[in-house]
Amino acid sequence: MKRVAAILLALCVAFPVLAVEPDEILDDPALEARARALSEDLRCLVCRNENIDESNAELARDLRILVRERLVLGDTDDEVIEFVVARYGEYVLLNPRATGSSLILWLSGPLMLLLGGGVAIWTLRRRPSEQAEFALSEDEQARLDDLLSK
Amino acid sequence: MIVELGHLTLILALLVATVQAIMPLVGAAKGWRGWMAVAEPAALIQAVLLTFSFAALTYAFVVSDFSVRLVWLNSHTLKPMLYKVTGVWGNHEGSMLLWCLILAVFGALAALFGDNLPDRLRARVLGVQASVGVAFLAFLIFTSNPFLRLAEPPMNGQGLNPLLQDPGLAFHPPFLYLGYVGLSMSFSFAVAALIEGRVDAAWGRWVRPWTLLAWLNLTIGIALGSWWAYYELGWGGFWFWDPVENASFMPWLIAAALLHSAIVVEKRETLKSWTILLAILAFGFSLIGAFIVRSGVLTSVHAFANDPERGVYLLAITGLFMGGALTLFAARAGALQAKGVFGLVSRESALVANNVLLAVATFVVFVGTIWPLIAEMIWDRTLSVGPPFFDMAFTPFMIALAVILPIGTLMPWKRAEIGRAMSRLWWALGVTFAVAALIWVLQTGKTLMAPIGWALGVWLVAGSLADLWQRSGRGGLQDKLGRATRLPRADWGRVIAHSGLGVTFIGIAAMLAWETEDIRIAQVGETFEVAGYDVTLADVIDTEGPNYFTTMATLELARNGRAVATLTPEKRVYPVAEMPTTEAAIDNGVFRDLYVVIGDPQEGGGWAVRTYIKPFANWIWAGAIIMSLGGIVSLTDRRHRVAAGARKAPPSNVVAAE
Repeated sequence: MKRVAAILLALCVAFPVLAVEPDEILDDPALEARARALSEDLRCLVCRNENIDESNAELARDLRILVRERLVLGDTDDEVIEFVVARYGEYVLLNPRATGSSLILWLSGPLMLLLGGGVAIWTLRRRPSEQAEFALSEDEQARLDDLLSK
Repeated sequence: MIVELGHLTLILALLVATVQAIMPLVGAAKGWRGWMAVAEPAALIQAVLLTFSFAALTYAFVVSDFSVRLVWLNSHTLKPMLYKVTGVWGNHEGSMLLWCLILAVFGALAALFGDNLPDRLRARVLGVQASVGVAFLAFLIFTSNPFLRLAEPPMNGQGLNPLLQDPGLAFHPPFLYLGYVGLSMSFSFAVAALIEGRVDAAWGRWVRPWTLLAWLNLTIGIALGSWWAYYELGWGGFWFWDPVENASFMPWLIAAALLHSAIVVEKRETLKSWTILLAILAFGFSLIGAFIVRSGVLTSVHAFANDPERGVYLLAITGLFMGGALTLFAARAGALQAKGVFGLVSRESALVANNVLLAVATFVVFVGTIWPLIAEMIWDRTLSVGPPFFDMAFTPFMIALAVILPIGTLMPWKRAEIGRAMSRLWWALGVTFAVAALIWVLQTGKTLMAPIGWALGVWLVAGSLADLWQRSGRGGLQDKLGRATRLPRADWGRVIAHSGLGVTFIGIAAMLAWETEDIRIAQVGETFEVAGYDVTLADVIDTEGPNYFTTMATLELARNGRAVATLTPEKRVYPVAEMPTTEAAIDNGVFRDLYVVIGDPQEGGGWAVRTYIKPFANWIWAGAIIMSLGGIVSLTDRRHRVAAGARKAPPSNVVAAE
């Protein structure tokens, strides 16, 4: 199964560059930390399912540098993301925005839990409870009281 | 000649499977004993034929018969023998043949060890199993025949991808297939039970060992794949939420749910229709997984993995079996009478909660995996769904599951009191919060991940101990220990597997929260400090391996002046494949992995060096191994004598394949 992944990976590895290169790292640790966090949410467009922080591809490197340039210019995190999306499209986001039709994606889990949990509780409540099955009817209770009082 | 015989036996296997799919089912419906009796010998013959076929293909790889197209594409004379053999299933056609072989072997095992099954049920199970076999054998023969010859055999093969020559990668597909295909047994039992219209405790007892066997193999397969990614990809990630990974993870989750609900069927004769549904869906997700991996619809940008014809066929198989089984389910599920009654707070309810959480978690993974496809088809939106989404959408379910698990295991059947269960867990809860608080105080970066992850892990392990403590009855420690050793294996299996889950939680939280990374340019001879370790780039040399050139660095790691490890990360170039690879060097430890990677030489002199300290990394896979050990221990329980034999047989099948 991993075979396909490996072949695709090979394509990315074919560029003899490591993921984040020492020369890309910003001097300001706070900015660099933000750059790393942002990079993890951006997709390397030529790799299969890698973010630009992990990817070895040339294009990922360009994107990493772009992100850092924008940060140095004083962009906020949102502005950087906006800038990249404006150029490469929504496809570049590994964390799809919870807007429009993608709202369904984000809500599917919680809704399914409510539905599944609801159905489960409803079914459990509806089924005859043990008490009901084993409890004595009024008649039986009367007879029992009768027997005990003798 | 041997290859042609392999081809012939493959076609014969399809014919036998066709007979096996029709006669027993008709016989069971009409009450014809003779027709029903066809199932057993047919299942055995089918397995023998496919074993021969697989052996023939393996032979072609071993002797490097490049007149076989598949061998030419995927092998090479320079490959070590081990990888020539594992190359048999390292491609679509060969792996599909392995899939069919395992399918047939499972059928044969059910025929061999199914003496205690009612005749009619056994005939139906084998018939349904064979119908799955027919579909896949036809798929194999008509769209992906592994035995096609080349008119003019080339001198050497093309398959020498160095990335694929790796033990972790070479051995994980057979485990995964044992898992995927093992779930076909649960599916066959479910469909057979629906045709019969009867599910009872015995059914639960028969279906559980097969599910357990499939689940534990999936666990091993997934762990191997994840471990491979960890050491091979060069930065030590272990899970990527890649569609291919999700394809194996979804059946694993559903199989875990099925394992638990089958217990309820076995012990309490209730939750029957739900269990049947899970059995159908578990195999359904295996089929969807095969579709995702082999059709290439979700491999996005790269078109070369695409094969529309195969994809369409696999989709048709998935649709046929899921559609058929679910229609049958809709028609018959109402007839399944629940016997056991239970209160809203009970072990049964706890297992229902387990099932809801696992099923919804699977659903989330499923939706996330196919969402890019849906969004593009319906709204023409090209988007990606990656790890940030899955981390956020999936993790809460696992947290909830871990929270309720120990409480559930301490609840009695029928009617329970939460207070009662908790009374045995107060000490575990105390330990849990103590650990969380301690970690919160000790750790430098204030993330919540480590305290929460560790708390859940400790809660699971401590909860398992409390479970064991309660099972071993009253009296002094001596009595308890004596009784603990005599507990049913299934109880031990549960305790071990649940502890394993806790260990994995601890490993994941520690690694994600406390990893230290250092990326820098280092001169030869330079020493730098990473999280308390003094790292010295001692030397970088150019040298040669058996079939590659390599740049090998020597890094010496010391702590407080004492040498800890000498690591030699490499950058290799394989000239035949013209492919560079990065070989990370790892010093494995119980409490941390030291992980170093050498990069490119820099213009101003020096080398790019990346150093990672990964705390508790090995706990992630250790936990998975402990979980599968729990599965094995549980399988050896006397009550599952069916499975005792089943467990021995698959390894012998792997040996035959070598």
